Amino acid sequence: MAAATCTLLEFQGTGKTFGAVRALEGVSLAFHAGECLGLIGHNGAGKSTLMQVLAGTLAPDQGAMLVGGQDLRHRYNVRLAREHGIRCVFQELSLCPNLSVAENTRLMCAGLAGWGWRARARRAIAEQLQAIFPGHGIHPDDIVADLPIGQRQMVEIARAFVCEGEPLQLVILDEPTSSLDAGVAAQLLRFVRRFVEGGGSIVLISHILGEMLSTCDRIAVMRDGKVVQVRPAADFTHTSLVECMGHAAKAAEEHRTFVSRRHGTPVVDTCPARQGDGQCVRAYPGEIVGLAGLAGHGQSQLLLQVLRQRVRGRQGVALVAGDRQSDGVFPLWSIAQNISVASLAQLRRGGLIDPGAERALANEWQARMGIRTPSMDQPIVALSGGNQQKALFARALATPHPLILMDDPMRGVDVGTKRDVYATLAAEAAKGRTFLWYTTELEELQYCDHVYVFRDGQAVLDVPRSELTEALILRGSFQEHSA
Amino acid sequence: MNASNPLPLAATQRPAPRERARLLRSALPGVSLAVLLVAIFIMQPRAMSYLGLNLMLNLAVPIALATMAQMLIITVNDLDLSLGSFISFVACVAATVLGPHPWLGSLALLGCIAVYAALGALVHGRNLPAIVVTLGMSFIWMGAAILLLPSPGGAAPAWLQGLVRIKTPLLPLAIFVCMGIALLMHAFLARSTLGVILRGAGGNPQAIGRRGWSLLRIKAGLYGLAGTFGVLSGLFLVGLTTSADANIALRYTLLSIAGVILGGGEFVGGRVSAVGAVLGALTLVLAGSLLSFLHISPDWQIGAQGAILILVLALRAGVNRLEARP
Amino acid sequence: MSTLRVSFSAKPWLWSFIAAVLIWLATIAFTGGQGAGGLLSSALGFSAFFVIVGLGQLFVITTGPGNIDLSIPANIALCGALGMKLMAGDAGLIAPALLAVLVAGVAIGCFNYGLIRLLRIPPIIATLSASFILQSLAIAYGRSVRIQPPPLFYEFCTGRLLGVPYLALAVSLLTAAMAVVLARTRYGRWVLAIGQNARAAELAGGRVGRIRFATYVLSAVFAALCGVLLAGFSGGASLAMGEEYLLASIAVVVIGGTSVAGGFSNVPGLWGAALFLYLLVSMLNTFGASAGIRLICTGVIIIAVIIAVSARQQGGRR
Repeated sequence: MAAATCTLLEFQGTGKTFGAVRALEGVSLAFHAGECLGLIGHNGAGKSTLMQVLAGTLAPDQGAMLVGGQDLRHRYNVRLAREHGIRCVFQELSLCPNLSVAENTRLMCAGLAGWGWRARARRAIAEQLQAIFPGHGIHPDDIVADLPIGQRQMVEIARAFVCEGEPLQLVILDEPTSSLDAGVAAQLLRFVRRFVEGGGSIVLISHILGEMLSTCDRIAVMRDGKVVQVRPAADFTHTSLVECMGHAAKAAEEHRTFVSRRHGTPVVDTCPARQGDGQCVRAYPGEIVGLAGLAGHGQSQLLLQVLRQRVRGRQGVALVAGDRQSDGVFPLWSIAQNISVASLAQLRRGGLIDPGAERALANEWQARMGIRTPSMDQPIVALSGGNQQKALFARALATPHPLILMDDPMRGVDVGTKRDVYATLAAEAAKGRTFLWYTTELEELQYCDHVYVFRDGQAVLDVPRSELTEALILRGSFQEHSA
Repeated sequence: MNASNPLPLAATQRPAPRERARLLRSALPGVSLAVLLVAIFIMQPRAMSYLGLNLMLNLAVPIALATMAQMLIITVNDLDLSLGSFISFVACVAATVLGPHPWLGSLALLGCIAVYAALGALVHGRNLPAIVVTLGMSFIWMGAAILLLPSPGGAAPAWLQGLVRIKTPLLPLAIFVCMGIALLMHAFLARSTLGVILRGAGGNPQAIGRRGWSLLRIKAGLYGLAGTFGVLSGLFLVGLTTSADANIALRYTLLSIAGVILGGGEFVGGRVSAVGAVLGALTLVLAGSLLSFLHISPDWQIGAQGAILILVLALRAGVNRLEARP
Repeated sequence: MSTLRVSFSAKPWLWSFIAAVLIWLATIAFTGGQGAGGLLSSALGFSAFFVIVGLGQLFVITTGPGNIDLSIPANIALCGALGMKLMAGDAGLIAPALLAVLVAGVAIGCFNYGLIRLLRIPPIIATLSASFILQSLAIAYGRSVRIQPPPLFYEFCTGRLLGVPYLALAVSLLTAAMAVVLARTRYGRWVLAIGQNARAAELAGGRVGRIRFATYVLSAVFAALCGVLLAGFSGGASLAMGEEYLLASIAVVVIGGTSVAGGFSNVPGLWGAALFLYLLVSMLNTFGASAGIRLICTGVIIIAVIIAVSARQQGGRR
C-alpha cells in the first residue's frame, strides 16, 4: 500500500463493556482513505460492536478515537460520524417500506431539500444504482415494500453512496452480499474497488472468504473482542484466515468416550427449507444435536420449522428462546406462571388448572434449576437475565415432551448459570430426551453428540463429535468462494 | 455529469408481474367507482345530468373531507373514533355561535384544531392507545354538542350556505371540491418533503426518529391537520343542511374509516393515498344512490357499503396473493 | 398505610368499586337518603347488560393490541330482533329461540374471524365491515312491528329477588365463571399469554390462530345474548338499542382496569366500572346536570383513567 495513507479515523485501545461482558478490549485500528479494510471473525468476536462504535450508535467506554489527530471519543455520535463522511449499511434494513426508492433517498440526504427534489432524488439514486449494479431493474418510483429482499439491499447500499452536498469518505458494509445473488455481489465488489481507487474508504464484513481476499487491501481478524491480526490481504490464504479466527490449538480437550446414539428412528428428520442437496437434519432419541455456523444462517428458521411441524401434528415439543424479551418472557406474569404455561395440560384437575399442582411444579423447578428468588410468585421481570433464562429452560424441561429445541439460549448468560444448565441438559439427555441446540458459541458444541454447520440457510456439514474440530466448523461457516 | 452517465430511467424495466400487481392495486379504487357510476347511468340515464349528479353527490364533500381527516390519522397507524362526534360538534358551533359572533365562533374552531394537535402529542408522548383516547374524546365532543344545541335546530350563517351552494359551470361544485381536495392533498403527501417525512413516520418510525425528526411534532402536526379537515367537513355539512343537531354526523366515524380502506389505504405502515381516499368516499356515497335506483330498500344501504368494503378487501387480498406467487 | 397500598395494587379492581360506592354515597347524601335502595337496584339491572358485552370485549382486547370487536352494536340489534321474532310472544318458544340466538352469535363470530383470517385484514376493519352487514340485516329483518317478549321472558329480564334483579344475579355468576375461565383454564391462560407476547406464545406451543378464533366467537355470543336479554328487558327489540354499547363495552373494560395493550385483564373490575358509569350518570342527573355534562364527564374519566394507567406502567418500568 504505497498510497499516501491519509488516516480518516483511528481507534487506540478502544474498549466497550456491557455489564460483565467485555465486547471490545483494547482495539487499535486505523481506517485509511483509498483502502478497503476487511473485518472478519466468528460470532461474538466483536465485529458488530466495533462497527456500531465507528458509526456512532454505540459509545465506547475506554481508549481513544482519533479524528484528524484529535480524540473525539467523548462527543462522538451519529451526527458527528456523518459530518466526517462516515456512513453505514447495516444488515437490518433502515428503509421506510411504504415509501418509494427516491423518497427513501430524500430521507437520508439532507442535501436533496428544496424545489424539484423529487427529480434530483430520482436521478441521484438511479445514477448510483446504475454505477454499482448496472442492469439492476429497480425504478426510483418503486415502493420499497414491493421489492424483493435482494433489491431492497441494493437500494440500501446505493443510498449510502449518494452524496448531494454532504461529505462521503468511509462506508461500512456489514454482510452486504448476504441477500444478493452471485452476479450482483460481484458487481458490488467491483464497485468497492473503484470507490477505493478513487480515494474512498470501505470497511467490509463478509463470511465469504474469497470475497474478502479478493476485495480487501488489509484484513483485520477479530477474536473475543480483540483485533488479533491485521495484515495485508495478500499475506492471507483461506487456511491462514480460518486459523487466525480460531483459538491456537487448544490443549487436548478431555475427550469423553464418544458413543454414537444414531440408531433407531430419528425424532427429527427435517430438511431446511432452502436446502438444495437433500441433506436433512436428524436427531435420534437421547441425542444432543448442535446447529452451528454464523448467526442468522438459517438455524433459527429450522427450529421454527420443526416446532410448527410438531405442534400441528400434536407431537410434543418445547422450545427455549434465546432472545428472551421478544421470544420468551411473558412480562406481566410471575415466574411460576411463566414456567407452567407450556405444561398446563398436565396441571389440570377436573378440567381446571390446579393451583397447588402449579405451585409444586414451580417449586420443583426452582430447586432443580437453582433459580435465585425469594418466591416464585415474583414477577419474572424482577429476575436477572441469567435467572430469567433458567426459568425459560424450566418451562421447556418441565413439559413431558421428548424433544427440546434451543434457539441460542445462552446469549448474555453468566458462566455459573451456563455450567448449571449444561449439567441439567446432559442428565436429561441421558434419560432419553432429544435436544436440538442452535448455538453461536463454539465451546458449547463440545456438549453435542452431533453437529450440523449451517451456511446460507443450508446444512453444509454433518459431523459427529468424535470428528469435530474448531477449524472444521470455521471452514464450514465461511464460504471459500462466492457461489 | 449526465453526459458520461446517461440517465438510466428509461432503460430500467420493472418486472411485469410486480408492475401488474401494483397497477391493479392502485387502480382498484378508481375502477370500483367507475363500475358503480356506469351501473348507475345504465339504471337511470337521467342521473347523468348536472342536476342528477348534484343530487347524488349532495353530501359527498363533507364525507370526503372527513375521510381525509381519518386518512391523516391512519397514516401514523392510529385510528380516530371521535371524528363523527367532532364533526357534529363543529356543525353545532357553526349553526349557533358562528352566525351571531363570527370572531368567537372562529376562535372556538381554531381551539378545536389545537385540541386535536394536543391529542396527537398526548398519544405519542404518553404512548397511549389512540382508540381509547379518541373514544373518550367522542363522549366529550358529543356532550359539548348537546350543551350547545340540546335539540336539533340553529342556522348556518348565510355566507356559509351561499358558499356551499355555488353553481359551478359544467359539473356540480361537489365534484370540483372533491377533485381539489384530492389533488391538493396528493401534492402535499406525495410531492413535498414534509409529506414524505410524515408518511415515513408511519412506515418506519425508528428510521425517521434516528434521522433527527421529532416524532412528537410529526404526530401533533398530523392530528392538527386532521382536526382542520374535520372542521372543514363540519362547516360544509352544516352549510348544506342549514341547521344542525348533535347527532348529525355520527356515522362519519365509520364511513371515513371505510372510505380510507376502500381508497387503498392500509391500516398499518403508512400506506395511504389521498386520491384513493376521496374516490373511496365517493364510492360509499354513490352506493346508496345505486341501491335506490335498483329499488332496493334503503334498509340495505349500510349493508351494501359493508359488502363493497369486503369485496374490495377480498380483491386486494387476491392481488396481493397473486403478487406473492413467484 | 403501606399494607393498604399493597393490597390495592394486588386488587386493582377495587378502585372502580370504591369510585362507584363514593358516587352512590354522594348521590344519597344529596337526596337525603331517599331512593338509595332503588338506585342501587336499577344500577345493578342496567350494569348487567354492560357487563355481558364487556366480558366478550374484555377477552378480545386481552388478546393484544389491535384486537377489538366493533360489531357488537349491530350484533345486539340483530340478535334482539331475531330473539323476539322467534319467541313470537310464546313462552314455549323461549328455549329454542335462545338457542337460535346463541347459534347466530357463533355464526357472527365465525364470520368476523373468517374475514380477519381470509382477507388478512386488521380485526378493527373486519369487525367494522361485518357490522355494516349485520346492521342492514337487523334493519331489514326487524323492521316489522315491535314484537313483545313472552311475559315469562319479560319477567325474567325485569324481575327482582329482594331488590336484586335476576339478571344481575345471573350475570354475576357468568362473570365469576369467566374469571375462572381466564385464570384457571388452558384457553384463558393462552389468551393472556398471546396478549403479552404473541410470538412467545407461539414458540411456547400455543395455537394462536385457534385461540383468537375462539375469542371472537365468545365475544359475538355474549353480544348476541345481551341483544336478546335487552330486548326482553325493554319490552321488544329496537334498532337503536345497541348503539351505546360499542363505546360502553370498551369503556367498562378500560375503566375496569384491563390493560388496553393486552395480556392483563380484570374481570371483576367490569362490574365496578359498569356500576360506576351508571351511578355517575344518575348522580349528575340528580344534581340536575344536563345530558351534555354527563357525556363530557364520562369522556374525561375514560381519558383520565387511561393516562393514569400509563403513568403507573411507566413509573413501574423505571
